[in-house]
Amino acid sequence: MSNHWFHPALVLLLGGAVLPLVPARLKKTFLLAVPALAFGVVLMMFTMPRGEFWHVQFLKWTLVFGRVDSLSLVFAVIMTGMCGIGTLYGLHVEEDAQHIAAWTYVAGSLGAIFAGDLLTLFLFWEMMAFASVFLIWFRRQPESTAAGFRYLLVHVAGGLSLLAGIVLHVYATGSTTFAAFNVHQPGAADYLILIGFLLNAAVPPLHAWLPDAYPAGTFNGSVFLSAFTTKTAVYALCRGFAGMELLVWLGVIMSLYGVVYAIIENDIRRLFAYHIISQVGYMVAGVGIGTALAINGACAHAFAHILYKGLLFMGGGSILFMTGETRMSKLGGLYKKMPWAFFLTLIGGLSISAFPLFSGFVSKSMIIQAGFESHLLWAAFLLNLASIGTFYCNGLKVPYFVWFGQNKCEPATFERAKDPPWNMLAAMGVAAFFCVFLGCYTPALYNLLPYHEAAMEYHPYSSYHVSESLQILLFTALVFFVLVKLKKIEPHAGRNLDLDWFYRMGGRALLWLARKPVQAIDTGIGEVYRVGGLVPLMKSAGMVGRFDNRVIDGAVDGLASAVRGVGARLRFAQRGALQENLTFVFAVAALLLLVFVIFF
Amino acid sequence: MNLLRLIEFLRDHLRTVVRIAIAALVVLVLLDAVPAIVDKAHAHTAAEHVPAFWAAFGLLGCLALVIVSKTFGHLGISTREDYYDE
Repeated sequence: MSNHWFHPALVLLLGGAVLPLVPARLKKTFLLAVPALAFGVVLMMFTMPRGEFWHVQFLKWTLVFGRVDSLSLVFAVIMTGMCGIGTLYGLHVEEDAQHIAAWTYVAGSLGAIFAGDLLTLFLFWEMMAFASVFLIWFRRQPESTAAGFRYLLVHVAGGLSLLAGIVLHVYATGSTTFAAFNVHQPGAADYLILIGFLLNAAVPPLHAWLPDAYPAGTFNGSVFLSAFTTKTAVYALCRGFAGMELLVWLGVIMSLYGVVYAIIENDIRRLFAYHIISQVGYMVAGVGIGTALAINGACAHAFAHILYKGLLFMGGGSILFMTGETRMSKLGGLYKKMPWAFFLTLIGGLSISAFPLFSGFVSKSMIIQAGFESHLLWAAFLLNLASIGTFYCNGLKVPYFVWFGQNKCEPATFERAKDPPWNMLAAMGVAAFFCVFLGCYTPALYNLLPYHEAAMEYHPYSSYHVSESLQILLFTALVFFVLVKLKKIEPHAGRNLDLDWFYRMGGRALLWLARKPVQAIDTGIGEVYRVGGLVPLMKSAGMVGRFDNRVIDGAVDGLASAVRGVGARLRFAQRGALQENLTFVFAVAALLLLVFVIFF
Repeated sequence: MNLLRLIEFLRDHLRTVVRIAIAALVVLVLLDAVPAIVDKAHAHTAAEHVPAFWAAFGLLGCLALVIVSKTFGHLGISTREDYYDE
């Protein structure tokens, strides 16, 4: 155990615990200081030797809270960095609990990233799920409450699969170490753990929780949500399932699946959510390819993705926060009111689209290049196809139909709209700066990647790659503007059904089942009981009553009247002297006793 | 705000902006065909050596994605906004 190493998750958890005690005038400083400290703690790790820290004995297992290597470090840097940006974005939120929930969520992510064993991983994995749901519930809308419960139920199911896999794995191998699983001949334990990871990475068919829950979060909560759960899962996949061929397929499918849904989506935050699925698809495919370049690509893309997706969700959040509206069919023409939100969101859109000089260009291309080098041509071409849809939605459709196009705002919405407060713009500015910086100065990102040599050999800015990307992107833009001109792609109100339909309607079927058939059965049983039980019972009771009335009562009455008659006669026979009567009773009793003794 | 003025300036000269953009597309495709400028040694497949391969890929790919997505939506996936409301 090293005395120098400190867990950055603990910084955030302690900070959250102290937050309610901080006086109001120091609150904003404190809110910025805690993530900055956590970020500093992570940066300090680069100056220290790598290794494992904070071993804790628990029952017969050793928990490892601090495994520091190049893979955990690259994720820890971006997670703590994004925590700072997200906190700055929501700096004006006065409710402490919202900040505490966000920090606990990030702490869960950091704990999972530094976990050296599976039990610690599971502990923090669940912490993420339970903390993040509050970022949805704090929106305090009926649909957020419902979406939060669905989110939690789905994640609890995923967590159970992970736990079952861990139990089987530990039982089979006797080791709790979190390292590469058997990807070539996976057993039940490996598959169960994989399902837990894939659910958090939102891989179809386990993805529907994401576009259901993320658009329901608070304006700043969704910024956090967009970064941590899926990318922590990407980290776990990099660590545990690198080189599993199944993941190439799944990754390519999800990159296109997200794009198809995003193209027909009307709500901007749900559109961005579908593009998380699409972008994580590149990373999952990279993990599946599994070469040094591909794993580097998955990590680099996760790093770049957290920044530009955070930036896009901040753009969507500012529209929600300033206008109360996120549906493109009710927006448009906002460039006059929110020009800076437009400019910064556009940078996010260009970064996710992998425009040269923006961050996506230097990260996404690594994965596609790795696909070509591994002779997975179809995968590489399909991933290129998905990037067409990425630009179409994030770089063209959202900026155009929100800030330009026909103004479909309600008068009150348009009146309300203006650029967001300084801290929201500042957070977007920081994210936008890094999107451009990483795209222009590649060593900043490449030096962090786990396979250093492969990263140094890779050069994204070859004339061919630049020409290829610009052709794809600019001709996509051409098609977009022609379609706009032809009025073929006007956004219109609507909802697109996804696989959450099954459990949403399944839940309703259960309710219906409870209301209709189960209640009918209950009524039926009641009726059967009434007809078959109650009526004969009443009849038999009636008969008993009559029997009681006529036979027993008659007998009793007869007996009573007989006794009364005898009594009436006896009354005349006795004289009222107690002693005489007693003497008579004792005498009869003695006589009876004598007879008894003599004759028996 | 200066940014707003820049956007309005571009909108006021939309025709010119569109012309420049189209010219840029043409230049891009022409440059791609000059081996001295774009070194196709990095190409992975034979098809990529065809001039303007990726331009066609972008154009047709985008059309295909939009058509497929819209068709998919019309199969019953797209429904009314309050579908889940009770």
